[in-house]
Amino acid sequence: MADPGELEPEAAGMTCPLPLRDESRILLAHGGGGRRSQELIESVFLPAFDNPLLAERHDGARLELTGPLAFSTDSYVVRPLFFPGGDIGTLAVNGTVNDLAMCGARPRYLSAAFIIEEGLSLETLRRVVASMKAAAERANVTIVTGDTKVVGRGQADGLYINTAGVGTIAAGVSVGPGQIRHGDAILLSGDLGRHGVAIMVQREGLTLESDVESDCAPLIAPIQALLDAGLPIHALRDLTRGGLTSALVELAESSRLTIRIIEEVIPVTQAVRGVCELLGLDPLQVANEGCFVAFVPEEVADQALERLRRVPESAGAVRIGRVSDEEPGLVTVRTSLGVHRVLDMLSGEQLPRIC
Amino acid sequence: MKYLDEYRDGIAAGEYLSALRRLTTRSWTLMEICGGQTHSIVKHGLDELLPPEISLVHGPGCPVCVTPLEMIEKALEIAARPEVTFCSFGDMLRVPGRDRDLASVRASGGDVRVVYSPLDAVHLAERHPDRQVVFFAVGFETTAPANALAVRSARERGISNFSLLVSHVLVPPAMEAILSAESNRVQGFLAAGHVCAIMGVEEYRPLAARFRVPIVVTGFEPLDLLQGITMCVRQLESGRAEVENQYARVVRGQGNLEAQALIREVFTVIPRKWRGLGEIAASGLGLRPTYASFDAELRFAPNGESLDEPESCRSGQVLRGTMKPVACPAFASECTPEHPLGATMVSNEGACAAYYRYRVRTSASRVLHG
Repeated sequence: MADPGELEPEAAGMTCPLPLRDESRILLAHGGGGRRSQELIESVFLPAFDNPLLAERHDGARLELTGPLAFSTDSYVVRPLFFPGGDIGTLAVNGTVNDLAMCGARPRYLSAAFIIEEGLSLETLRRVVASMKAAAERANVTIVTGDTKVVGRGQADGLYINTAGVGTIAAGVSVGPGQIRHGDAILLSGDLGRHGVAIMVQREGLTLESDVESDCAPLIAPIQALLDAGLPIHALRDLTRGGLTSALVELAESSRLTIRIIEEVIPVTQAVRGVCELLGLDPLQVANEGCFVAFVPEEVADQALERLRRVPESAGAVRIGRVSDEEPGLVTVRTSLGVHRVLDMLSGEQLPRIC
Repeated sequence: MKYLDEYRDGIAAGEYLSALRRLTTRSWTLMEICGGQTHSIVKHGLDELLPPEISLVHGPGCPVCVTPLEMIEKALEIAARPEVTFCSFGDMLRVPGRDRDLASVRASGGDVRVVYSPLDAVHLAERHPDRQVVFFAVGFETTAPANALAVRSARERGISNFSLLVSHVLVPPAMEAILSAESNRVQGFLAAGHVCAIMGVEEYRPLAARFRVPIVVTGFEPLDLLQGITMCVRQLESGRAEVENQYARVVRGQGNLEAQALIREVFTVIPRKWRGLGEIAASGLGLRPTYASFDAELRFAPNGESLDEPESCRSGQVLRGTMKPVACPAFASECTPEHPLGATMVSNEGACAAYYRYRVRTSASRVLHG
């Protein structure tokens, strides 16, 4: 529903300038580029993301990097801002970190841009920023530049965050859809659907006996484990919106190869399956924020699985299928009854069924 | 989710299939009524596993699909009103009207919301007394009790800014219409398990007797469906035409008497127009006069002009079981989930959507099987 829980009506009428420490809400003036913007940066962002590059307060950050780089950006617009297992802040850091990791890169630096709706409580912003700080520390990345804009009430849904990031790619590493080959084994890092289900249950206030938490996590450690072992990874893809299905269909289409997976071996928790059955959703199409697939040559598949299982973020890794070249662009799944069915992307938004 | 896994077990399915092969001596055409069953059949590939003599045709049991175009137009007109908050189940949002759908009304500024229960819409009306909250009450007997409860609850709590746009239909009259049609080729039915959980099985006995068709109340999981099909074929092979209950773990003979009483209290049986089947006498539900003040059609008087379905959409034939989705010239070319010509391509229970989602990119020979 459209009731923005973070906002309170009286904030709309607040115009009297007050020092930030006495205010509880973001005002339009905090995005004006003047003294108030500076106060916001100094009291909220700088202390949290404390580092020499940011402290310079330059227009941008000067980075010393060599070798091939990966560069990625993503915007985060999740509702609700806080959900079991994470919040928009953890998502904004891990999302971009994971996109870099999927390029075979070690994520190094992030930018963070905030679009804040007038009236957002300062406490909410501080919590989100604290989450970003914790997520950045866990992922060992530094937030080196940023931006803040404030838009009027009703012009945004509380808070939007954009992050962009750069990472360094080690010599000899070449990961991408173009590297996928006939015969590759497909590995999945863990169970599916927890993020999407956690959000949906929370967003819609579904009164279910569900304790599903988002799987939001940085995927650097599992990828690094594969790279450190010197295994030839052909392709990686994190399974965000559209879930496993969208990721595989995109990869099959861009590589012009066939992907065949086996439904029974794909891990989905009982709680996620229960909610999906109830709402008529397919766990293979539900979003994740801490899951990926890896395409590796068959001869190193067991070794890669074993490496992945030693890392907490991919302890539940399994082999789910293989690549062939029979029907370019096609993804099929073998059901428990032994029939092969086509997997296709969702056509639009995921809509719960009638009965 | 052990409860479900047991009904998707490959070994048990194999045993049913061998039994079915031994049992079947000639060709039989069965119809599964419910769109949920259709999706399960196509998703799990059951139709591909059946003996070649048995063909399944897909029935009209998709509430979104059978909602006639003029009712969709009424919904669009009401939803576009500035004072209205229009609540619907998600399936309905992308069903095309003449030139727009509810999703595009929302994009143009209409307050259209997806809810999970009609009671959510009542709560919304209570919280926003300045808004006219309308719930699109679409569905078969399965959803009628919850919709009845919503209206009753609104009346009891004095929530006068709530109303229902009712498009409720009933299963037995549609089966009768299908069986009475000259083009009918259905010889046995898998009745919709969840409808029978509410209504019981008694109302199907006169149909089985009059048209000499076996009717097996069936569930939705692969093994439910295989068992239902086996029970139906066994009757056909032995010349019986009875009502049997495969879904006994959910369906009791009398159904849910409390739910039936609730339906009777709030709704009355009226004629309804069905997409694909036309107007059928005593085939739907409308609000009783005592609840007329909650009737969105009376409150907003939307334009009720009769509309014909677009000629390029053959969903009528699909809903009557006389055409498979893939046999439609527009299927997967002119008509896709992104650009649907009719509701059967967008609903989660629509037969065209099932074939598109699970089959469209396989070879034509497999698709046309059965």
